[in-house]
Amino acid sequence: MGAISDGFFESIRLLFSLDPYIYDIIAVSLRVSGIALFLSTLIGVPLGALLALSRFRGKQVVTALLYTGMGFPPVVVGLFVFLFLSASGPLGSLRWLFTVKAMITAQTIIAFPLVAGFTMAAVASVDRNLLRQLRALGATKLQASWAAIREARVGVLVAIIAGFGGVISEVGAVMLVGGNIEGRTRVLTTAIVLETRKGNFGVAIAFGIVLLLITFITNLAMLYLQKRQLLEEE
Amino acid sequence: MKYVIQVTLISVAMMLLSAGCQTTDPAPRSSIMLATTTSTYDSGLLHYLLPKFESRYGIKVEVMSLGTGAAIELGKSGDCDVILVHSRALEEAFVSQGFGTERYDVMYNDYVYIGPRAANALRESEDLSRALAGMVSYMEQNATSFLSRGDNSGTHNMEMSLWPKAGLPDFADKAWYLSIGQGMGDTLVAANEMGAFTLADRGTYLAMQNNLPNLQIVFEGDDALFNPYGIIPLNPDKHAHVEYAAAMLLVEFFVSEEVQADLLAFGVADFGQPLFFPNASK
Repeated sequence: MGAISDGFFESIRLLFSLDPYIYDIIAVSLRVSGIALFLSTLIGVPLGALLALSRFRGKQVVTALLYTGMGFPPVVVGLFVFLFLSASGPLGSLRWLFTVKAMITAQTIIAFPLVAGFTMAAVASVDRNLLRQLRALGATKLQASWAAIREARVGVLVAIIAGFGGVISEVGAVMLVGGNIEGRTRVLTTAIVLETRKGNFGVAIAFGIVLLLITFITNLAMLYLQKRQLLEEE
Repeated sequence: MKYVIQVTLISVAMMLLSAGCQTTDPAPRSSIMLATTTSTYDSGLLHYLLPKFESRYGIKVEVMSLGTGAAIELGKSGDCDVILVHSRALEEAFVSQGFGTERYDVMYNDYVYIGPRAANALRESEDLSRALAGMVSYMEQNATSFLSRGDNSGTHNMEMSLWPKAGLPDFADKAWYLSIGQGMGDTLVAANEMGAFTLADRGTYLAMQNNLPNLQIVFEGDDALFNPYGIIPLNPDKHAHVEYAAAMLLVEFFVSEEVQADLLAFGVADFGQPLFFPNASK
């Protein structure tokens, strides 16, 4: 019990001490996951909408692959990104391994199937008649698709939340491809692993609190947006 | 309802299967937990020695492989039964604070500086300070780095203690110094990828060198690189639940003449040289 309460008080002290070590790690975490989420949204939302709205040969296969991607173990993504970016791998000349670029790559690969999968489900549930009407009124295919995404925006928002949840709390892939380098690629999750192993439970708890707060605030913000949209619709 | 029945049947089947596995596996009578450093584990030494102990005494040894700092913390919190680590000052403090009963010498190995193959000239360095000075100028000229374990392990503590001896007390502020907070194996893999320098125990390096084509030993042999290991059973007065008797059996096993001879033979077949040198006092 002592270790837990001591660690808790130590963590509160650390959070208010403005220790640059802690704030560097928070900054790297937000940067990596933020950029990865942006890229995942850029890829995942159009892909999900495309799969929901169009019919083409092999759609089933692509959908099955996407669902596999949604459940893909992040550490396996990390392994593949590592192998590709390794000095002896096909993309070794980029020299991205053990940089934030490698971490963003891995997190984007982890998050975009989540974003695409949930977007697909949301857009597919939009009323077909609405789309037919829009087309009849002269909307282009692209305009009709955009309208469908707008109509399904709550679901798309959930898709983005799911993507963010998937990456901000992920540890295996970023440890492998980022290397947990202090001041460069150390993020909240890898720092928690390291500090726990070192027996610095206070620091580990402090990072845990920050990680929980970030997820909580993000979800709160997204829910708020969602609610505002629902009110607008009424 | 049908679904519930199916799920129940499957769960029961799985339980029966797992129970079946347990009975076919001859379960040892008891087990102890050994908290140790990544170097004894990654080098394969424990895989080489422990099966003999386990079959002789019917005691399974569960190994937690961590940095020395973390292994000692596990000992302090009573989450293991015995520790095998290498940081003399931390070990002595551990015993004097009453967490362990006594420290026993087991063996030693040595540390080697590892670096990119291109840094061949460093191998001619006469002593530690010249080697480190040469390394620093190489890193500055070639924009490469030194990877520090940064995990409060024995190797990390040793690495930090060596810079000031070479007249570089402000090493941690340098752009070339990267603290990666990972185990020995991970650090060597990262150094291999980055063409970086690091400090490693010889055992782990030799055991992994086939996977480290871009690296070589760039400096070795200085007295300051000597690395003794001690084994300490936890004090049952501090944590009543520890398996003291079984832990003492393991200690006696490690310091026995037979196992001390096994230690010296370990690695010779694979690497042409021993990885650890026995030094238990008789």
